Amino acid sequence: MARMHRASLVLLFCAVASNRSSAQDTPHAFVGARLLTISGAPIDDGVLLIHHGKIEAVGARASVALPANAVVVDVKGKVLMPGLVDTHSHVGGGWGADESAPIQAGVRMLDAVDCRDAGFQRAQAGGITTINVMSGSGHLMSGQTLYVKNRDVRSIEELCYRFPDGSPMGGMKMANGTNSHRDPPFPATRGKSAALVRESFVAAQEYQRKLAAAGTDESKKPARDLALEGLLEVLSGRRIVHHHTHRHDDVLTVLRLSKEFGFRVVLHHVSEAWKVADEIVAAKVPCSLIVIDSPGGKLEASDFDARSAAELEKRGAADLVAFHTDDWITDSRLFLRSAALAVRAGVSRETALAGLTLNAARMLDLGDRVGSLERGKDADFLVLSGDPLSVYTHVEATWAGGEKVFDRANEQDRLWADGGWGAGLRRAGALCCLGDGEDR
Amino acid sequence: MQLQRMFGIVLLASVAAAQDFVVRAERVHTVSHGVIENGVVYVRGGKISAVGRAAEVVLPAGVRVLTAKVVTPGLVDAHSVVGLAGYLNQPQDQDQHDPSAPLQPELRAIDAYNARERLIEWVRGFGVTTIHTGHAPSALISGQTLVAKTRGDTVDEAVIVPCAMIAATLGADSREEGKGKSPGTAGKQLALLREAFLGAVEHQRKLREAGSDASKRPDRDLRKEALIEVLEKRVPLLVTAQRHQDIVSALRLAKEFDFRLVLDGASEAYVVLDEIAAAGVPVIAHAPMARFASELENASRATPVKLRDAKIPFAFQSGYEGYVPKTRVVLYEAAIAAAHGLGFDGGLRAITLDAAKILGVDQRLGSLDVGKDGDLALYDGDPFEYTTHCVMTVIEGVVVFEGSR
Repeated sequence: MARMHRASLVLLFCAVASNRSSAQDTPHAFVGARLLTISGAPIDDGVLLIHHGKIEAVGARASVALPANAVVVDVKGKVLMPGLVDTHSHVGGGWGADESAPIQAGVRMLDAVDCRDAGFQRAQAGGITTINVMSGSGHLMSGQTLYVKNRDVRSIEELCYRFPDGSPMGGMKMANGTNSHRDPPFPATRGKSAALVRESFVAAQEYQRKLAAAGTDESKKPARDLALEGLLEVLSGRRIVHHHTHRHDDVLTVLRLSKEFGFRVVLHHVSEAWKVADEIVAAKVPCSLIVIDSPGGKLEASDFDARSAAELEKRGAADLVAFHTDDWITDSRLFLRSAALAVRAGVSRETALAGLTLNAARMLDLGDRVGSLERGKDADFLVLSGDPLSVYTHVEATWAGGEKVFDRANEQDRLWADGGWGAGLRRAGALCCLGDGEDR
Repeated sequence: MQLQRMFGIVLLASVAAAQDFVVRAERVHTVSHGVIENGVVYVRGGKISAVGRAAEVVLPAGVRVLTAKVVTPGLVDAHSVVGLAGYLNQPQDQDQHDPSAPLQPELRAIDAYNARERLIEWVRGFGVTTIHTGHAPSALISGQTLVAKTRGDTVDEAVIVPCAMIAATLGADSREEGKGKSPGTAGKQLALLREAFLGAVEHQRKLREAGSDASKRPDRDLRKEALIEVLEKRVPLLVTAQRHQDIVSALRLAKEFDFRLVLDGASEAYVVLDEIAAAGVPVIAHAPMARFASELENASRATPVKLRDAKIPFAFQSGYEGYVPKTRVVLYEAAIAAAHGLGFDGGLRAITLDAAKILGVDQRLGSLDVGKDGDLALYDGDPFEYTTHCVMTVIEGVVVFEGSR
């Protein structure tokens, strides 16, 4: 929900009681914009119809029948596209990780995220509706990531996507290269890093064997182990590994370990993907690319080149390309820019936009729910003032799950979008905003 | 990549001397006197010899003609650390900050500048031809800065102003909080600066009294001599200050010791605009994409517009980055400001002529005017658009970059 002027809040709460937005109950039709559906060709003068948080219809104006009670929103001259999917972010205060050990498969981002962190608001201002929130890369395995729908909520429980069994959905953060090199018990070399990871997966395989052998006999089951349980979710494919890796040889190490243990993996950052594009494409491993403004800053990013996306596309692997903010490495408010700079470096517009949306959603196993403007998908979309790849374009509104979560015309939202006095403060509680509201 | 690099080297070697040539462009942004559609810029002997509409400028027969969609003056990065803070970010390539003492105005940038640093080549590829670089905003006084062209294999080939400013920093980045060292507070920071300037004033007095009598002169003191350059207004003090109270402290200090002040960063300038304007102090604003965190938590994309409206001279910087990206690109930064209310012309001015003015080099560069240095940036579209490429960079008639970046 976009932050309202305080004076209107009382009215709002009287009017909608427990409902966040009437957009959930009344169909809304966005009419007249150019629709970048991602899954299909762009539609000029289109209609996007949403209801109950889902997309009901997408099409040319003449092809979509509007319900009689639909709220019609004129978006002529605007561009609509799916909400952006950030496959790698540290908003919500989840930057660091516990430093007692290099492998912490039992640690959950779920227990660490501040859902009122201003970073979520800035991400909304940048059009980001789905985020893979994770801890840092100073560990070989820093813990379980969390996939969130970027709405304004009261608790993290409301924020996260869920597995079919109802448990919070996420992947597993891993890293290699130099970031995780430290004093013992951390590794100091690449060989040691790989050995520690292999030991962990071997232990998980043993754990799995004992569990299988015990069958339904509770007395024979090994004691519960949170870390090994986390690793088992990786081995079973339920959790995708999100793997920080930059240098060409580190990339190949990830591919080797993934093959040995059969885990699903998305390569993250991949500064030198352009050097080993053949191997990445042969392994069919997706890449979530960082786009930074200059090479270096650390040894493993010294050969960063923004043409990695183009190199993968050239090899027929456009669907393996996505981007991320790595917020605060790059600014969530400028996520569109990352894709635009990849276009500057040679990738097609289509692949660049898919890399912000549908390709990225698939890397989180969310491709059937978000990432394109298609009937039945979540009503996550942006209203843009123009071409998404132009510096002069602004995100005018962001909708997530049928709720308007950002409105550039709103004073408070504008503060998060453009900065200013108090822009770094956490979002106030939903019912506490009648006073000064913002706390630290 | 390798081939490209080799080709680049061959190319540079073959054009190492200034050539006479004409750049013909659909849009020539002179900055000083508007845009010329279908214009030409004639560079002769390393200087701009003519600028005007293609139909009106008479060119010598057989002169080499280059074409581009857009040509601008070579860009000026008003504050950077490239050449001192290397791209590897390892101890051996970081010369922007010596932590042994809080006040070291005697550290010269010319003794630290690595003309072959990769990040200089990097920014050059975006059209940046002039950089103001030097000691980082990491100590109360970290040292001196210089102005260089982004060319040359040695500092001597690059530098155009050997001591441009002396770099001071207020706020968190120069506080030794919790380390048992000074300065630990804002009050101590100003006390140390005032003591240092008082020491320099005293030294200046003794030198004056001694006059030409060498026997009466005080012993030489590099530190005090550097600060006397500031007191005698030959060199401005560049004060990086983000918080409003630190900005005001810098203004107070400049008034007390009557030196030329250039404010740097100034993320909260928008709450003390009147004070800055009254003092007549220019601002080298923080990079618009600098992280809005810690001391920049109140930073605003609207600041450049507010500076403009308050008639405060300002320019943009790539700034100092301690991690990734190791340098920002001032072209990219101005683009963000342009898209947030400043507009194209305002954005371009702040990385060309207005930057040159703050650096005191506008007599020789910063706009496309006859007699100025032949420093040009050529683009295949609107330079601020994300998907536009810089296709050529020229410094004093020498092509220093050719490609598609």
